[in-house]
Amino acid sequence: MAPESKAGTALDTFPKLLLHHLRERPDRPAMREKDLGIWQTWTWREAAGQIRAYACGLAALGLKRGERMAIIGDNRPRLYWSFCAIQCLGAVPVPLYQDSVAGEMAFVLDHAEVRFAIAEDQEQVDKLLEIGERVPSLEVVVFDDDRGMRNYDQPFLHSYEAVLELGRKFDAENPGFFEAEIAKGQGSDVSIFAYTSGTTGNPKGVVLTYDNVLISARNGAAFEGLTEKEEMLAYLPMAWVGDHIFSYAQSYVCGFCVSCPESGATVMQDLRELGPSYFFAPPRIFENILTTVMVRMEDASALKRRIFKFFMKHAEKCGVRILNGEAVGLGDRLLYWLGELLVYGPLKNTLGFSRIRLAYTAGEAIGPDIFDFYRSIGVNLKQLYGSTEASVFITIHPDGEIFADTVGKPVDQVEIRIADSGEVLFRSPGVFLEYYKNPEATAEAKDPEGWMHTGDAGIIDERGHLKIIDRAKDVGHLKSGTLFPPKYIENKLKFFPNIKEAVAFGHERDHVCAFVNIDLSAMASWAERNNVAYGSYQELSQDPRVAEIVRGHVEQANRDLARDPKLGGAQIHRFLILNKELDPDDGELTRTRKVRRRIIAERYAPLIEALYSDRDSVHIELEVSFEDGRKGRIQGDLKIIDAETYPVAGDERQAAA
Amino acid sequence: MVAAARSFDEVLLEVRRISLAFGGVKALTDISFDIRKGEIRAIIGPNGAGKTSMLNVINGFYHPQEGEIVFKGETRKAMRPHKAAKQGIARTFQNVALFKGMSTLDNIMTGRLLKMRSNVVLQALYWGPNEREEIRHRAFCEQIIDFLEIQAIRKTPVGKLPYGLQKRVELARALAMEPELLLLDEPMAGMNVEEKEDMSRFILDVNEHFGTTIALIEHDMGVVMDLSDRVVVLDYGRKLADGTPDEVRANQEVIDAYLGVAH
Repeated sequence: MAPESKAGTALDTFPKLLLHHLRERPDRPAMREKDLGIWQTWTWREAAGQIRAYACGLAALGLKRGERMAIIGDNRPRLYWSFCAIQCLGAVPVPLYQDSVAGEMAFVLDHAEVRFAIAEDQEQVDKLLEIGERVPSLEVVVFDDDRGMRNYDQPFLHSYEAVLELGRKFDAENPGFFEAEIAKGQGSDVSIFAYTSGTTGNPKGVVLTYDNVLISARNGAAFEGLTEKEEMLAYLPMAWVGDHIFSYAQSYVCGFCVSCPESGATVMQDLRELGPSYFFAPPRIFENILTTVMVRMEDASALKRRIFKFFMKHAEKCGVRILNGEAVGLGDRLLYWLGELLVYGPLKNTLGFSRIRLAYTAGEAIGPDIFDFYRSIGVNLKQLYGSTEASVFITIHPDGEIFADTVGKPVDQVEIRIADSGEVLFRSPGVFLEYYKNPEATAEAKDPEGWMHTGDAGIIDERGHLKIIDRAKDVGHLKSGTLFPPKYIENKLKFFPNIKEAVAFGHERDHVCAFVNIDLSAMASWAERNNVAYGSYQELSQDPRVAEIVRGHVEQANRDLARDPKLGGAQIHRFLILNKELDPDDGELTRTRKVRRRIIAERYAPLIEALYSDRDSVHIELEVSFEDGRKGRIQGDLKIIDAETYPVAGDERQAAA
Repeated sequence: MVAAARSFDEVLLEVRRISLAFGGVKALTDISFDIRKGEIRAIIGPNGAGKTSMLNVINGFYHPQEGEIVFKGETRKAMRPHKAAKQGIARTFQNVALFKGMSTLDNIMTGRLLKMRSNVVLQALYWGPNEREEIRHRAFCEQIIDFLEIQAIRKTPVGKLPYGLQKRVELARALAMEPELLLLDEPMAGMNVEEKEDMSRFILDVNEHFGTTIALIEHDMGVVMDLSDRVVVLDYGRKLADGTPDEVRANQEVIDAYLGVAH
């Protein structure tokens, strides 16, 4: 765990932690990589040897304290060592997204005034050469993999091996240099520039100090009781702060080993071989894994399918409760144990989840079904809420308090508060120093008392858990003053497989109404199983039996909403099922499939009006674009359906009191 | 970053006045050209021009009625496939010819068979020197897998792979033979643009990294003109032209017979 006790507070930078591990656990594995089909391991002693020579080599090439060095590439041990080697000299690493195009790269390199860069391979070197002119500060490029580099004779290009060679010589000529440089570093120094991905406008350079990163990493590790025995697979982009914390900072804090996959395409196989104990993935990946499992089960023999279905049903019934340590009857426990033997165990083994003690998901809302699936087969999956500006950790699910609809409780030393606007604010030792060369943005995000504005709207529920409901700027209010978070409501609907898209309305209205898009593949398979004949999407979407199913989903969502005293007022009163899929080609969704509220409100104004009238159907006539660019018109009558609403939990209590 | 015009002096293989006929059908008539060490040599021509027959002559699958083949300074009437393989000529086929039920790795390992000294029984025992030999060959194959970026399908049965990847596995197997001369019969047939780009890069990399001489048949003129150092054009079993891509492109006969005119 946090190795503070022995050397006091002196372990306040990564290079100092490296020397600490060199003393304490020189022969424990620090880094692994699958190369030529074999897992290669470097102990802390070997890693420290590489980093020492590397840092000295960079010094010999002229890298100075305070300068920036870019790191560009997939997860590779040498690139992780680059972080530490750069920090040994007091310079600042700037990891870049390896798949960004040259233009984006040029902006960041220029903005950070990068003088040195390490590129993984020829592809990245080519990008750097291409943008070299636009980044006048860039002087030295080191490359890791020399494949295809034979004909590159530019004098500013150096292979990793050559730099190491240079470093060993430099080290021999300047004894004590390396240790002295490390000793100069302290916790308040800048540790890294983490550029945000910049979906809106140019990326911003988040400046984090050693204290930010290390204290956050330590608090996160203490929260979960991480030890040097953890196994972690590093496969998410190195430029993403999450990877920096999980695969670098926490490895240095706890002394555990981080493994790099053979290539981007082999991650799932490597995961299975490695069997990590500590794992992170965004919801999308958990979703994909689940889909793969289900599809493969459909191809299995009838007997296997029945066994799988039987035990998955049992896991659904009591798996989550067993994992949470709740009281479960002996019979159910025995059956679960048998299921573990026959289904859950082998399944986890196939997925590489056999040894997982702790798995996180974050970044987006995860469907409760997906979340519960993993927990029910015994994978300790938790949600985490964090941001680059917080050095990741804000809230985590504490053990035994796992709820699919919350993101957990604040980690040690993190305070959270909900502003009057509904925005989530937090204050912690991890709060970033500044946005590089952007004081206005810094002042906007961080107020003078140190409260950081997340831009997310959230509420703290009665259990003390934080719930993120929407982006703060999208949250509105009903006329009654009740909070109206459209995305939160839409997500509740979209988690049903039969519903593809939903759009909720309610800002400055009396109640909430919604448009629903059915999911054609899910509903088509339902129609096939139930002998429902239909000719087109339009026809299927208006089938009364489909409407009944969707009404059931809407009412289920209402029941969920009713349970929350703050959001209970935002239940859906009326809805209609659109006879056309919302489509980026019509400008109704963004290319990343986010709802464009303003455009939909304009385009479908008569429909919205009808929802708030007492009519029970509405005529629609619309121009649509087809994939080949042609335009067409669709028309039809849409039924408006009333959904039942339920008494809100808090109101009942008030009534009882 | 390929140097603009590369020049090669040493002749690796030369075919002299080759004529091949199947009964009355004349597949090749009086064809002569050479392949120099280190170059990428393209053979192009319309359907039925005799391109594949030419490759089959070079690796000894067909025996021409007339003419001779000089390989590494040794002159003979015809090659024999096993001898060609032993002397360093490897090839891939127009229609992928892999062992479909075997994994990618096993398929590539078959490319090492000629280099293995221990016999079947000793290999089955997997003990002592045989074990060491197998490990050595496996290590070599792993380098090729890494080189062609097919780590993710190492253990996948080849029959399950998409066509583009099967082509790549076939190239890997040919490379496992450590050939001096690599014959590629339409390495990019049936591929989409992205796959073609990948394959082109691998062919250039192989040529540069291993120094392998490559002779390839290809229909995609863009690919041919970009990749090859010299091109020989066949039509109805006759040689129409021979020269650098630019020379061939400007040749009126070639334009009439094959390239056509841009309208």
